[in-house]
Order: sequence, then C-alpha cells, then structure tokens
Amino acid sequence: MLDIKTSASKIEPASPARRNFLKSSAVVSGALVLAAYVPLIRKAYALTANDPPQPNVFIRIAPDNTVTVIVKHLDKGQGIATGLTTIIADELDADWSQMRSEFAPANVALYNNLAFGIQGTGGSSGIANSWMQLREAGAAARAMLIEAAAQTWNVPASSVHIEKGILISGDHRAPFGEMAVKAAALPVPAHVTPKDPKDWIYIGKFVPRLDSYMKTTGKPVFAMDHQQPGMLTALLQRPPRFGGTVKSFDATQAKAIKGVVDVIQIPTGVAVLAADTWSAMKGRKALKVEWDDQKAETRSSAQIYADYSKLAATPGTPAKTKGDAAKALAGAVKIIEAEYRFPYLAHAPMEPLNATMQLKPDGSAEIWAGSQFQTIEQATAAKILGLKPEQVAINTLWAGGSFGRRATPSADYIAELAMIVKTANRKEPIHLVWTREDDLSGGYYRPATVHRIRAGLDAKGNIAGWESRIVNQSFMYGTPFEPFMVKNDVDATAVEGAADMPYAIDNLSVEWHRAQSPVTTLWWRSVGHSHTAQAVETMIDALAVAANKDPLALRLELLKDEPRYIAVLKLAAEKAGYGEKLPAGQGRGIAVHESFKTYVAMVADVSVSKDGAVKVDRIVAAVDCGIPVNPDVIKAQIEGGAGYALGAALRNQITLKDGIVEQANFDTYEPLRLTDMPKVEVYIVPSTEDPTGIGEPGVPPVAPAVSNAIFAATGKRLWSLPWDFGELRRA
Amino acid sequence: MINLSINGVSHAVDIDPEMPLLWALRDHLGLTGTKFGCGAALCGACTVHLDGEPVRSCQIQVRDAQDRDVTTIEGVDGKVAKVVQAVWQKLQVVQCGFCQSGQIMSAIGLLSQIPKPADEDIDRAMDGNVCRCATYVRIRAGCMKPPKNSREGKSYAGHQDLRVKD
Repeated sequence: MLDIKTSASKIEPASPARRNFLKSSAVVSGALVLAAYVPLIRKAYALTANDPPQPNVFIRIAPDNTVTVIVKHLDKGQGIATGLTTIIADELDADWSQMRSEFAPANVALYNNLAFGIQGTGGSSGIANSWMQLREAGAAARAMLIEAAAQTWNVPASSVHIEKGILISGDHRAPFGEMAVKAAALPVPAHVTPKDPKDWIYIGKFVPRLDSYMKTTGKPVFAMDHQQPGMLTALLQRPPRFGGTVKSFDATQAKAIKGVVDVIQIPTGVAVLAADTWSAMKGRKALKVEWDDQKAETRSSAQIYADYSKLAATPGTPAKTKGDAAKALAGAVKIIEAEYRFPYLAHAPMEPLNATMQLKPDGSAEIWAGSQFQTIEQATAAKILGLKPEQVAINTLWAGGSFGRRATPSADYIAELAMIVKTANRKEPIHLVWTREDDLSGGYYRPATVHRIRAGLDAKGNIAGWESRIVNQSFMYGTPFEPFMVKNDVDATAVEGAADMPYAIDNLSVEWHRAQSPVTTLWWRSVGHSHTAQAVETMIDALAVAANKDPLALRLELLKDEPRYIAVLKLAAEKAGYGEKLPAGQGRGIAVHESFKTYVAMVADVSVSKDGAVKVDRIVAAVDCGIPVNPDVIKAQIEGGAGYALGAALRNQITLKDGIVEQANFDTYEPLRLTDMPKVEVYIVPSTEDPTGIGEPGVPPVAPAVSNAIFAATGKRLWSLPWDFGELRRA
Repeated sequence: MINLSINGVSHAVDIDPEMPLLWALRDHLGLTGTKFGCGAALCGACTVHLDGEPVRSCQIQVRDAQDRDVTTIEGVDGKVAKVVQAVWQKLQVVQCGFCQSGQIMSAIGLLSQIPKPADEDIDRAMDGNVCRCATYVRIRAGCMKPPKNSREGKSYAGHQDLRVKD
C-alpha cells in the first residue's frame, strides 16, 4: 500500500484565498515514483487545477510493466476507475492489458476533487475535474519514460515513440518496466502538452471495464466483504422516529443470545456487537429500547404534504426573477396550474451501508469502506475518536451502488461506527452493517417536495409568464457545503433545474420555501433535477398542447439560442421516429434536461391498456456530455439512469405514518425489475468540448418523457410522482 | 455441528442450525461472493445453487442444507457457467456489481435448463433478481446470447483484488 500521510486535512473546502496561498507555496516532490512508494513532503498544500503535472501522485509503473492509476474517486458502478485509467493509458500509449487501478488513500492535499476542494465523489464531477489533471500527469510520465529511454540508448528524445506500452527508437525497444527506475530519477517537466485528440487510441473508443472480471466471479471487492480475524459485527437500533433519542434500554435478553459480546449505547441508538451477523441480528431483535420522541417528527405524509401545500400558496424567497410574472399572468388568456407532489425517496443501493473500523495499538484508526467523502469521513471519525485526521486511514473499496447515499455531509454511518468503536473500546475491528430495513427507514432521503406552477399563454399563444413555488427541506445548511450552495437564502440544490430553466420565457418567477423537519434528507441521483425536470418538462408540454403547438417544436422555438439542447432534441426525435402516427392506446413523449453540464433528451413510448395499466416500451436517449471518454460506460449510465428513474416514478415512495416510515423492505419499496425495463437506445452527440458528468444526467428526463407519452396516449396529465395510474381510470 | 458441502468441499461448522445459509457462507466459510441484499428473498443477491437449482440462501436454514450440494459463485464451473461469465464480461453488464453474483447464478440456472430461452423464460427466471443500477438491458441480452457463438473472453486486470491485507 501507499504510505501517504499529510497534515492538510481540514474539512472546509479550499477557499480561493487558500488556493492562491497553496499555489504559491506548493512544492511538489520531483521524483516520479515508478515503483512502490510515493515520497511526499509533509506539508500543508492542496493540489489545484493550476498545479504542474503530478505523475507521481496518480501513476505507478512497476518493473513488471503494470501501470497502476491511483483513482481518487469512489467507483460505485459508474465506471470512474475505468474512466480515469483510460485517460492515463491514452496519454502513455500503454497497452490496455497492463493497466490497473487502485483507490487513493484519504489525502485531501493530493486527491481533492478539483470541483469541491475536498476529497470526494459526487455531482457527476469525476471525469470533468480529473480530465486535464490526469492528461497532464500522463503526459509528464510519458515524457519522463521517453527521456529515460533516450538517455539509455543515447538517442534524441524526439526519436523515441511508444506503441502499446513499448518504447521504440530505431532498433531499440523496451517495455515501460525497464525504464521505470531511471525515469523516476528524472525531474518532472513543469509544462507538458497532452496528446492531440486525433492521436487518441482509447478515449472515445471501447475499452473493457477493469471491474468486469472480478465482479462476475464473486471476488471480495466490497466493504461488505472485508473480513479480519476476530472482527465483530455491529447492528444499531436506531430511533423509529426521526429526531427520537434513547430513553432507556434493557439488554438482558440480547446479551443472552449466543455470539453477542456487548450491547452499548451511543448518541444515536443502541448497538449490538456480536461474533457474526446472524447473532447480531438475533441480539438486536431481543433488545428492548424505550424512545424519547419529544423532539421527533410525528406527522404523517398527508400532513406534511398539506403543510407544504399551504406554504406553496404564499410567496417564498426569490430564486429567480425575470420580468414580471404576476403581471404577465394577470393578462394571460389561458392559464395552466398544477401542484406537483414528489415523495421522500430512499437511494437503496444494492450493497447496504457498512464499514469496518479498527483502533490500532499505536492509537491510530483504520477504516474500510466504500468511502465517498473521504475528507469528511476522515475528519468526522477523527473528531469522535479524539485523533488528528491524518491518524485515520481510509481504505476505499468498490461500492455496491450509492446514488448519493454514501456521500453525507455528516458522514452519518461512519460517525455511528466511530461512536461504536469509541464506546466499545476494543481491539477487534468492528464491522457496522445496515440491513435493508435499516436502509429504507434510515432517512437521508431525497426531500419530499411540493412544486406549484402557474403558467399562461398570451393571445398569440406565446408563453406570457411562469410562476414556480418549490417547497422542500434543505440538506445544505449547517454543512461545509453551505457557503457554496446557499445563495441569498436559497439552496441551489432545491431549485436547480427550475430556477435555471433554459427556455426563453420573458416573465419568470421561481420561489423557494424552506421546510423544516427532523427527517434527514440528502442528494439522490441528480438531486434537485430529480423533481424539477418532471415539473418543468411536463408543464412545457402542457403549454405546447394548450397553444396548439407540437411539444418538440415549442421546445426548439424556446431554445433557439441553445445549440446543445437543440442537438440532443433533434437526434433523439429523429432516432425515435418522433411524429409518426401510433396506434390507439400508445403514446410517445419527449423531454430534455441539462444537469451537471450534460444535455440529455429522451423520447419515451408507452402502451396504456383500457384498465389504465401503463407499460413503458422504449426510451430513446440522445446525450451530449462533451468528449465521450468511455462511450460504452456512457451508454450504460444512461440505460441504468433510465431504469433507476423509472423505478422511482412507477412505484417508489417513502411515507410516514405518525412519523414512522411505512416501508420496510423491497416488498413495500419495490425496485424496478427486469420485466419493467423498457428497451433503451442511447445516441451520443459527437463533441470536442471538455467532458462533463454522466452518472446522474440520465435520470431527470425519464419521468417527464414518460408522463408526456402517457398524456399523448390518454389525454390525461399525471403531474406528480410516483404516477397514480388510478387517475387514468377515473373520469 | 452442521455438515455442509460447498463447492464440492465438506465443512463441519459449529453454528446455530437456524442460521441462514447466506451467513454461514459469508461469515463462517469466507465465501463472500454470495451477497446480502434484503434478507427476505426479495432481491436475489444471495442466490446459490442447491442440488443444481437456484435458491435464495437467505431463506435456507443451514440444517436444511446439510448433505446437499451447495454451489456458490466462487465454485461455479462447467460450460454454461463459463459462457455466462464470459458473456457478462463481453457485454459489460456490471456496474456496481453487487447483485451480479446472484444474477449470474440465476442465469446459469436458466441456461442450464433452457439453452435458448424466450423472453418469457428470461422474465420468469430473472425477475426476482433486483439490480439497482438497472443493468437489465444487458442482463437480458446476456441471457439471449447464444452460448455457441461466444467464447471465454479475455479478461483484463482479472487479478485485481482490492482486499487490504495487514
């Protein structure tokens, strides 16, 4: 393993001032590390986009010719390990079979996400923030290998080139491994020029994923699979109501279960520690806990929606004001009003949350987890354990999905584990495991949202004005992200996709009400876009119909200065056969949405039976995410994003009854299944723009495209999610 | 003592006879390829073969698995298994991969019974296996791929094993 330590582990993202200081004081070790170690100076600095190339931080070339890319992001299925490795392999002209990946240790100085300033994965930023950093690192390593070969062979560097991992000059040939030691002694070039795109051999082409083999043969790659001698399993009994606390507990029967070694209270619940998972489950079942619900959420979902609805009837904090929407609507000849309801949603990654932590004899601590916010988790665990951040090592393992859930500004489950480890005070490693029931009832949901829209047409059939009021909780206040995400008392993530809608509408007002509840909320794949796209794109559709315009034509008209939207709309429409006449009972709908700087248009085809049963037959997607680094991974993310969004829109919601979550497992929160999955076709718009996100942007257009298709088939608007197909049967 | 035959190897394990086979495999035999997804036979992540038939190991108590042949993802062998794994690799089915052991065990079960399944056969055999990454387009394609046309693909970086050893 790498032996990396640093003292730069503050939780706050690097501020501009700090970045400048860091830039001027940054001294980066000159040794290209081609063998086993990265000798880092222990100095407080953090890499920024302006730093010189960092081959030694991101690349390790071994004498056995393997090239290992140190991946600073969590791979939870989105393919970032393959993506970042592709960038380096291309710059090096390496052979793909020699490429390896390894997750970086927690080290904010070296491995911060250049988009955040902390080490973390999210916001579909993995490729985008690493793009130039890794191209330059790869180009520097390439230059050093070439220089080493030139010196060895006594030829000009300009005569050396690389083919599939072999350095070549005249009759001289050497694999990377042979030059690794010599190259390591050379200085890192201060400036490099990455390859010309016309010379790319992997970027934009098919490369095999690095994780296919191990994930199809059952290799232990996940945190859940991590095992150590003597490891104990912990299950935590959490309060049944959000905001509840432990009043008292009786562990007598739990402790009588064979295998249970301890029962301890921590601030957020009561933990059962046992020799194995089954004993821990039995022990927790035998536990008796009384809860204090004085500060807990005790409302039911109907009441929460009613409260939100009442708020939506009053003016909120302006998130976007253009022209005079109220005046324009007063003069409109036709007004459409809709109140959208969007439920709390659980992420429900396949691998339930879990992590292992061990206190070491030297007083330090070590974590094994599918760590998504390494800097926050490191700092949080350190604070709880009374350690310095650099005394907490994190081994990031492949994660079995996340969809946002593993990235909590509170480091929730790592904090729980640290409290358990601290309270238990044992030598053995402790593996905290969440069951599926824990996961679905455990909060950190996509915020429940009410979005009320009033939009109107003028006498010419143009959109006169649009008023949006969005009511939901914020998960940004009081976190390290607040300074970046909250502007003028509006949480950008609560209104994104609506406040910044691209349509040329002269009179637009988007307002926000911040709702309060002890229910914990979080970003859920595509964050605010997960609900605003449904609201905006179904309302645009309704306005088109009201104006006797084709929904695609109206979009093209209102987006005439937005070429990237237009390109994806036209491509999706063309590939889907948009405009064809369909048999009765079938419908075709379109939607377009930009999120994380990636543009996605989708055309959905549905069949609706006489009894109101809806089957989504096909989704045709067009995507512009800049330069497509791994086209097959992009396709996979759009396919998967379509399925993830469709499952939620079909039937997923977390509801409360008297504050208690009504869903328990995959029977009451049933994910999309194989038989629900439509055909999905994905088309990528060629681009020379820098790459943007792909993990999330496939989600937002799905529900509105299908909603609009249902309207096309039935003439009925289903605004809210999940769809209530019962409305299709009602007159 | 519970006597289990896993992947052709006999084990005598001192565990609760009511322990689900899933937890015996994972916690006591170190076979972590079989996954815990729901614990209630709702997701299929824990699918293993019991006497050749796909079953949910979270619902089989170890006392009922005694003296029967249990095969896990680590022990699958034979032509169908190799082809399914190779096709999965070739089509790049996996995303997070956490459900894929179970998907593959179900697919092997299906294709062992019906070498050229119709869509309805795939629906029946695979609908119980949840994939939260929704890799279903490729799972279906993987089940449809005629085995004779595929060969064991070249696996890159196949040795990657990210367990951290002390």
